[in-house]
Amino acid sequence: MTYTIPESTLIAQGAEARLYKGTYLGKSVLIKERFEKNYRHPTLDTRLTKERIKAEARALVKAKSAGVATPTIYLVDYNRRSIFMEYIENSTTLKAFIDEHISKKNDVKDLIENIASALGKVVAQLHAVCIVHGDLTTSNILLKDSDKLLTSQPSSDVSDQFIAIDFGLAKTESTSEDAAVDLYVLERSLSSAHAELPDLFKIIYRSYQKHFKNNSRLKEIIAKYEDVKARGRKRTMVG
Amino acid sequence: MIAIGFEGSANKLGIGIIKDDEILSNVRHTYITPPGEGFLPRETAQHHREHILPILKKALSDAKLELKDVDVICYTKGPGMGAPLNVAALVARTVAQMFNKPIVAVNHCVGHIEMGRLITKSDNPIVLYVSGGNTQVIAYSQQRYRIFGETIDIAVGNCLDRFARLLNLSNDPSPGYNIEQLAKKGEKLATLPYVVKGMDVSFSGILSHAESQYEAWINEGYTKEDLCFTLQETVFAMLIEITERAMAHVGSKEVLIVGGVGCNERLQQMMGVMCEERGAKLYATDERFCIDNGVMIAVAGLLQFRADKCRGTPWTKTNVVQRFRTDDVYVSWRDD
Repeated sequence: MTYTIPESTLIAQGAEARLYKGTYLGKSVLIKERFEKNYRHPTLDTRLTKERIKAEARALVKAKSAGVATPTIYLVDYNRRSIFMEYIENSTTLKAFIDEHISKKNDVKDLIENIASALGKVVAQLHAVCIVHGDLTTSNILLKDSDKLLTSQPSSDVSDQFIAIDFGLAKTESTSEDAAVDLYVLERSLSSAHAELPDLFKIIYRSYQKHFKNNSRLKEIIAKYEDVKARGRKRTMVG
Repeated sequence: MIAIGFEGSANKLGIGIIKDDEILSNVRHTYITPPGEGFLPRETAQHHREHILPILKKALSDAKLELKDVDVICYTKGPGMGAPLNVAALVARTVAQMFNKPIVAVNHCVGHIEMGRLITKSDNPIVLYVSGGNTQVIAYSQQRYRIFGETIDIAVGNCLDRFARLLNLSNDPSPGYNIEQLAKKGEKLATLPYVVKGMDVSFSGILSHAESQYEAWINEGYTKEDLCFTLQETVFAMLIEITERAMAHVGSKEVLIVGGVGCNERLQQMMGVMCEERGAKLYATDERFCIDNGVMIAVAGLLQFRADKCRGTPWTKTNVVQRFRTDDVYVSWRDD
């Protein structure tokens, strides 16, 4: 297949990938290119890149069918080390939203409750179909029309404005242990990225449990989560 | 102001003396176990007991000082192995009482960070702290060294040490050093799990995989050199990846590598490549300072002592603790 991408412009560079905005088949697209990492052995780099592109594409599709909004995939191209996906207009990351509208603000209790509950629901929906995201952070959730959130009523479900992105470390056939680690990674990332909101994870976890339909599996994940946390604490045994 | 630091949290026993920012002496003795064996708390403490007084004497004579000239006694409170920690703490407390000097309890990890910042003159770096007991990616924010990423099971140095035991490599001068030398001659890359979860990493699965595959690999023609090469390429790539993520996350342009594994030249080289591509700067130190030592405890202790208006740690709190997280320490001496 040959194609050209007219006028693609670099819009961001993360640790792993460059993001370009372009047009493909008449649509506005985001091109995520996992560029070569020269510090990594080339064999290892190629293997990881392939694995991650594949994992990301699979998880994006599977998440969507589980009811979690994700960008639509248009093309997966191993040679270009790229995924072409829907460009989400008018979006902001959850991290930017929290930093702007919640941190160091007063009277935001209901807003925190709404967004944290929505995030808990999204994670529960993913885990319910055995997808673990692998890198759950507030930077990997996009909000659509985030202004609407500011006027949302207390205890309303705003999860339809949440779009999960960046599934490069995802697994689509995961165990309870994987889900527990996923939660732990989220908790840890919140404690560094939003240290000023220490209760955030508690609300997310509560909502997660509420929205997780399969009770026996939920129990397993909760038990594993406690295990993972305990393992974490032992980490500081030896200097 | 003159500070002396006592460090004995693992198999290295070190005493160092500083005068403000100047290092006057840095003496260390390492407990080396036979090939195939790790170091255990009781024997390690025994080693420390045997060597601590001669090391103290040498540290003083290298610095051309006597204990009465020292202004503050610093020691490692934790984290580490209980029995070895206690040996250094006991001697530190005794010296403090004998000479009526203030004493400061120091977090070992914070010692590594502050020493690294002092030696390299880096200002506000992302810190990769890699040793036998710890694997953490740390960034400073609001009076704490916050842990952004870390191992969710064993430390990278522990993974290397146990891999060296699997290959029956010598522990002299250290298992990691011998892996590094063999890896230089390795060529073929075997397949190992690569486990990055968000900004965290996991090494225990890699080790079990290596243990179960070892014979098969040898039968397939992989040499010990190839396997050391494979292990380093894999685990170091994981470390660089989470460091880079943390840099992207907080927008930092400086990296500092500390801890015993930090003197591995291949790790430094890989980190250098990553930094160059990001337009960032790498700061690293050599084995004198990367590996556990007494100077680092003196450096962090003196900072703490000055910020605390020279009060020192209350006598009743001069104990040791095996578990002591980096982010438990209130960093009173930084004002950024």
